[in-house]
This record gives sequence, C-alpha cells and structure tokens, in this order.
Amino acid sequence: MGLFNLPNLPLSALLSQLLLGLVNGSFYAILSLGLAVIFGLLNVINFAHGALFMMGAVLTWMGLTYFNINYWAMLVLAPLAVGLFGVLTERLLLRWIYKLDHLYGLLLTLGLTLLIEGAFRSAYGVSGLTYDTPDALAGATDLGFMFLPNYRAWVVAASLGICFATWFVIEKTRLGAYLRAGTENPRLVEAFGINVPLMVTLTYGFGVALAAFAGVLAAPVIQVSPLMGQNLIIVVFAIVVIGGMGSIMGAILTGLGLGVIEGLTKVVYPEASSTVVFVVMVIVLLIRPAGLFGKEK
Amino acid sequence: MKNTPSLVYTLLLVALIAAPFVGAYPVFVMKLMCFALFASAFNLLLGYTGLLSFGHAAFFGGSAYVAAHAMKVWGLTPELGLLTGTAVGALLGWVFGLLAIRRQGIYFAMITLALAQMVFFIALQAKFTGGEDGLQGVPRGRLFGVIDLRNDLTMYYVVLAVVVAAFLLIARTTRSPFGQVLKGIKENEPRALSLGYDVGRYKLLAFVISAALSGLAGSLKTLVLGFATLSDVHWSASGQVILMTLVGGLGTLSGPLAGASVVVLLENKIGELGHLLARLTTIDWFNALGESVTMVTGLIFVVCVLAFRRGITGEVITVVQKLRSLSNAK
Amino acid sequence: MAPPALDIKGLQAWYGESHVLHGVDMVVQPGEVVTLLGRNGAGRTTTLRAILGLTGARKGSIKVNGAQTIDMATHGIAHHGIGYCPEERGIFASLSCEENLMLPPTLKGAGKGMSVDEIYEMFPNLAERRHSQGTRLSGGEQQMLAVARILRTGARLLLLDEISEGLAPVIVQALARMIRVLKRKGYTVVMVEQNFRFAAPLADRFYVMENGRMVEAFGAAELDAKMPVLNELLGV
Repeated sequence: MGLFNLPNLPLSALLSQLLLGLVNGSFYAILSLGLAVIFGLLNVINFAHGALFMMGAVLTWMGLTYFNINYWAMLVLAPLAVGLFGVLTERLLLRWIYKLDHLYGLLLTLGLTLLIEGAFRSAYGVSGLTYDTPDALAGATDLGFMFLPNYRAWVVAASLGICFATWFVIEKTRLGAYLRAGTENPRLVEAFGINVPLMVTLTYGFGVALAAFAGVLAAPVIQVSPLMGQNLIIVVFAIVVIGGMGSIMGAILTGLGLGVIEGLTKVVYPEASSTVVFVVMVIVLLIRPAGLFGKEK
Repeated sequence: MKNTPSLVYTLLLVALIAAPFVGAYPVFVMKLMCFALFASAFNLLLGYTGLLSFGHAAFFGGSAYVAAHAMKVWGLTPELGLLTGTAVGALLGWVFGLLAIRRQGIYFAMITLALAQMVFFIALQAKFTGGEDGLQGVPRGRLFGVIDLRNDLTMYYVVLAVVVAAFLLIARTTRSPFGQVLKGIKENEPRALSLGYDVGRYKLLAFVISAALSGLAGSLKTLVLGFATLSDVHWSASGQVILMTLVGGLGTLSGPLAGASVVVLLENKIGELGHLLARLTTIDWFNALGESVTMVTGLIFVVCVLAFRRGITGEVITVVQKLRSLSNAK
Repeated sequence: MAPPALDIKGLQAWYGESHVLHGVDMVVQPGEVVTLLGRNGAGRTTTLRAILGLTGARKGSIKVNGAQTIDMATHGIAHHGIGYCPEERGIFASLSCEENLMLPPTLKGAGKGMSVDEIYEMFPNLAERRHSQGTRLSGGEQQMLAVARILRTGARLLLLDEISEGLAPVIVQALARMIRVLKRKGYTVVMVEQNFRFAAPLADRFYVMENGRMVEAFGAAELDAKMPVLNELLGV
C-alpha cells in the first residue's frame, strides 16, 4: 500500500514500460557516449550536447516539412549537417580554450547551448512540433506475451547498433587506436606525425553527429521542441558521473542501465522517476566516488 | 588581485543611500542588491576557491521557497524568515558540498548541477511549493515585530543594511587567514595538501558559506518581491549567477557587483536596447531582441570566455595598472 | 654532398614565458651517433623537444635533411623522417603492445621502415607479449617497444631521450648492441644520456649543454683529452 504500486500489473504492461526505459536508455547511451568521446580527447564537457540532439530532431522535422525529405534520408543528413556545424564550432570557437582551465570549456559550450536554443526558440517558440512515425515502422507486432511497438524496437536496435559500431571502431581499429592514444598523450601522438588537431576537430564533429542521430531517432517518440535537450542533458551529466568517462563500454552500459531503472521506477513509484537517476548518482558518489567504470584522469 | 580602493566603495554606498531620492525605483535597486549579494556569495566559491558550482539556484531558490513558506504560512517575522532561509541554504550547501567534493574539476560542476536539478524537480512536484505558480503573496511583515516593511523606502534601507553587512562579511572572509588558504587551494591545490591543510574541509566550509549567503539573497528577494517561483530553482538561475560573476570579473570583490548590475539591467532593458539598436542600425531584426534574451545571454557568454575573461573589473584594473606604469616610467 | 641530417643554428625556445634555450647550435651528419651531455636542467631534453616543435615559441633555424622546419607544426616536422623516444617512454596504456608498435604511421618521403617481422626478429620479447596491454610490459620491454615503434616508420633520424635510464645492466647492454646495429644500418642517432659509460663508447661526437646553450663540442677521438672538462661540467 502507500507509495508503491506493486505489480498486480499484467506482464505486458511491465514489459512495455521496460521497453520505454530501454528507449530512453538508448538515448542516454548515445549521448553519454558522445560526451565521453569528446571529453576524452578535447577535455571539454560539451554542455551543448543536448542542444545538438535537439538540432538533429528539429532538422528532421524541418527536412520533412519544408523539403519533403523523409525520415530515412534524415537519419544520414541530420548527423552530417550537425557534424559539419560541430566542425565549424570547434575550429572557430573551441580551439581557443584548450589551454585554459576546464571550466571555460563548460562555460563556452553553455553559451553555445543558449545561442542554439535561443535561435530555434525565436523561430519556433516553445510548443512542440509533431513528427509522425515513418510508415514502415508504424504499428506493433504481436509477440504473444506483449504487443511490441515497431518504432520503439527500431530505436533500441538502431541505438545498440550505432553504439556497438562506435565501440568497435574505437577499441578494435587503427583509427580508434589513434583516438585512444591521443586521449592519453596528444603531443606524443603528434610527434609521430599524426595530425592531431584535425583528429580533434573530426572527433568533435563525430560526437555531435552522434547526438544528432539520437535526435532523429527521438523525433517520432519525444515531442520535438527547442527545449527538448535541456532537461535531458542534465540527466546525461548525472549518468556520466555515475559511469565515469574513462570507458566507452561503461558509458553505453550505464546509459542503458539507468534508462531501465528509470522505466522501472515509473512502474513502482512514478513521482520519483524524474529524480531517480540523481538519487543513483548520490548513492554511487557515496560508495564508489570514482564512478562505476571510472578511470580518473 | 588588487582591491578597489575604499573611496570607490564609499562613493557607491553614498550613491545607494541617496538613490531613492534621486529618482531610482526602490524595488528595482533592491532586486539588484539581492542579485549582487547572490553573485558575491557565488564568487567566494568560484573566484576565490576556484570551484565552479552549477547548482547555486538550489540555494537561492530553495531558501526562497522555505523563507516564503515560513513568512506566509507560519507567520514568521521577516528577520526570522531571513534566518530560516539562510539556514536552509547552509544545510543544502553542506549536503551538496559533501557529495560534490568527492570528485575533482569538471565532475564537481556536473554533480552540483544534477543535485540542483533534483531540488528543482522536488520544488516542481511538492505541494508546499505551489507547483507551477510558486508561492505568491508573501507578506512584508514587521521587522522584529515592530518596523513595518510594507513601505518600500523602509524596506529599501533594511535591504541595504543586510546586503552591506553580508558583503562586509564576504570581504572579511577573503582577507582572513581562512581566505588566504582558499586562494592557495585555488592556485595550487597539491601544494596546499602537501603543506598539511585539510583541503576538503576548507572547500566544504567555503561551499557552506557561499550557499548560506546565496540563501540569504534568495530569502531577501522573496521578501522584497513577495514571491518565490520555479525560475528561482531552475538551472538557468545558476547559469545567470555564473554569467554575472564572469562578466563582472572573477576573484575580485567588486566584480560581482558590476556583473550583477550589468546582467539585471540588461535583462530588464533588453527590449529597449533592441529598439535603440534597430533605430541606429536600421536593422529591423533588433526590434525582436527583447524576445531573444536567451540568445543574447549565450552570445555574452561566448564573447566573455573568448575575449573578455578578466571581466569588467579585471579590465579596469588592467587599464589602471597600465596607466600607472606609464606614469611611473616618465 | 648530402645535407646534414640535422642542422640547428641559434635555436631559442620558450615554455610559456620561460626562456629555456638561449641559442643552440648543433650539426649532425647522416649516419652519425651524437650524444648530448649535460647536467639536469641544462636543456638537453628541451632541445630534442624543440626540434619537434613540442615546446612553446621557437626562434632560429632548424633544418632536417636540408629542409627548414622552424615554422612547421609538430606533425609536419615528424614527416621529415624523425623518430622520437621521449624520456618517459610514452607507452600508451589503452593500447596493446602490438597496437603501440603499429601506431606511428609510415612517414611520407622517408625510406621504407623495418617490417614488423624484422622488428619482431630484433626484439623477440615484443613478439611474445604482443597482445599484452602496453603498460604491463617491464621497463626494459617498454623501452624496446618505444624504440621499435619508430623503426617501423621509416624514420632515419632518431632522437632518443635517456633510453638507458632505470634499466638493468643486462638490458642496457642490449640497448647498446641495438644502437650499434642501427649505426651499421646507417641510422642517424641523437642521444640524450646521463649514463656516460653507456653513451661514450657509442658516440661519434659529443655535445655538452649548460644553461640552454652548447658549451662544448668534440669528436670521439678527443674524448680522453676532454675528460677533465667533462668532470668539471658534469661531475662525471
């Protein structure tokens, strides 16, 4: 009795919430992955990550509304566009602050966030823009024990795919070796003849392209609005504190795990669902200050 | 870090005392003073100890809500309301500090942001905070049960007295041995550790003082304006106080004062500024500037970080030093 | 006649505001082994770093195989055929031994580097430990790895900073043998060394640095004659 709605819930409802948790967890995973990759090489916490996620979603909506470009094309175009924007941002703004204290990176990207959100806000206000689920993924599949909404399944699958692909490139390929080495000792890597400044620029571009990709995936499920990234980024920060930013796999697993925890909390104690991630962060800070997968820099 | 000469402070005090009589709106200047206190309290942590907190809205707004509730629902007199607010700020600061200090550098900022967001959601959902409407109609009451604060002029001088006292406290703290240790921690923490200082305890204490005075500022603002709302606990308020400190000049006592004035003025007058710019440049877009506070704020952040890190007082001090060395060279 | 492998004139360097090199001159002919001696803080490591542009501001002239590199970015300088072993070895913890070995790319315009097979033949330990995490290797193995990886790239001018430091005598001997092999193969080597007994038999020429300047320069033949000077300068 009291606060908790214990499951006299049918299994299908529980699984449905679990799936929703996985969907949110997928966004958390992609975003914390991007943050971790950027932080590793650039030593900058990209506050603008939420705004760039939003940009991906809004560009998807704009693509359909103004140019009749469909969802599938936008899955490629939106990350490319935002990635390009990221490259320009790094070259024009970010590169001046690498020599400064950490906090200036946070402040600069905060300013960037306000600029991006402010710009889209002037154009579209704060109310939501509707984006329909693409036809091929509409509806649900009957699995017997539950109805599986096709689009949500797609989101989880696509996210896992992109996370795995990113992990593979970083941990198993030569390019990834450059990135890992550059994260440890960029000057030495440069002394070997590798164009580290270019790698830094492209890494930022890639990180934000990931955020935009998540944005495209989000467009049909989360209401598209200029503010959609705001509260999300703070949750992602908490996730990154929980997981530590030293490990790619750690970022992915923590994101997914916390999405699931959040989903389950919605079933058992709905009022706490917006704060459960922060509560977990407090617990982790008390028990394991370095984070679950942390390798302190 | 040079100190602004006492002459400037004296002039400022005289100006503030005289302000209501030369046409300034008391409520506006009071609001400005509250934010100046908030920024000064914040600067104690950022400018002097080198810790960037992204969660000060929790102290400002949290105390605002509690003070509002105390004065409106429990009927506490103003001075008790302020004390309650300050105590809440200190308590929150202690809890936040204990958790955040466990991690260094950029993690510290993220932890404070996350914790403050938790406070935001509690404020959003709890019944006693009035949700989206906030707590309205907080009475001015009678100070010490005697002085009626409903008169704006009386309220003004009370606020001035409180803010000046708090500011003097901050000034005293920065110049004390305690303050020197804080500066040492900011400049070279490993060295402070090797000298035997319990760095964690110093940081925590600085955090609690900063939070308590931020709570005082929030409670004072509630008393002056009569309400506490969600925007007081929203992370944008944390961003705002960072902006004030950045624009004014980190690590100087007068910086936050200048920064708070600029930011509050900007926010209130941005519409007019937009129209002025539109007339001067004949670019019509500026007319809508008033609706783009977010963009303008963002632009100021970017410009300050890239080109204006010393802030207003920092630049002034640099200019004064250059002039001095020029005249010495003669 | 081929240009010097390294031709430095009037090199000045700063770390931020700190003026660390006050006009360094040095010439190294292709195929020579040159040792840079001096007390700690004399500027030897800084000189190597300055060649690669790893310090702050630089002034003066640095020519690598005849090409002026003073205004180039670090990654561009490396491609003129330079291989660098930093003092701290710089083995990457997040890479395996083999990944560390394969990391430095083949340098443009340089000759062919050693093949991986040749390297594993020269350093059998590394073949055995190829899948271990880079930093799990012993000190000696890490040093071998640090040298091996730059041999793969085609670099012909090797800048080696204190490679014998902290290693067991057996390993130091192995390193000395390795340097002789490299010399026979025609590599140019500039070595910064504290260990005089290690460096002296290997070097064709000696430079001595003090306070960011060259104060002595002489060939191996003059070594005995110069011992009193070296005693004074280095406490050897």
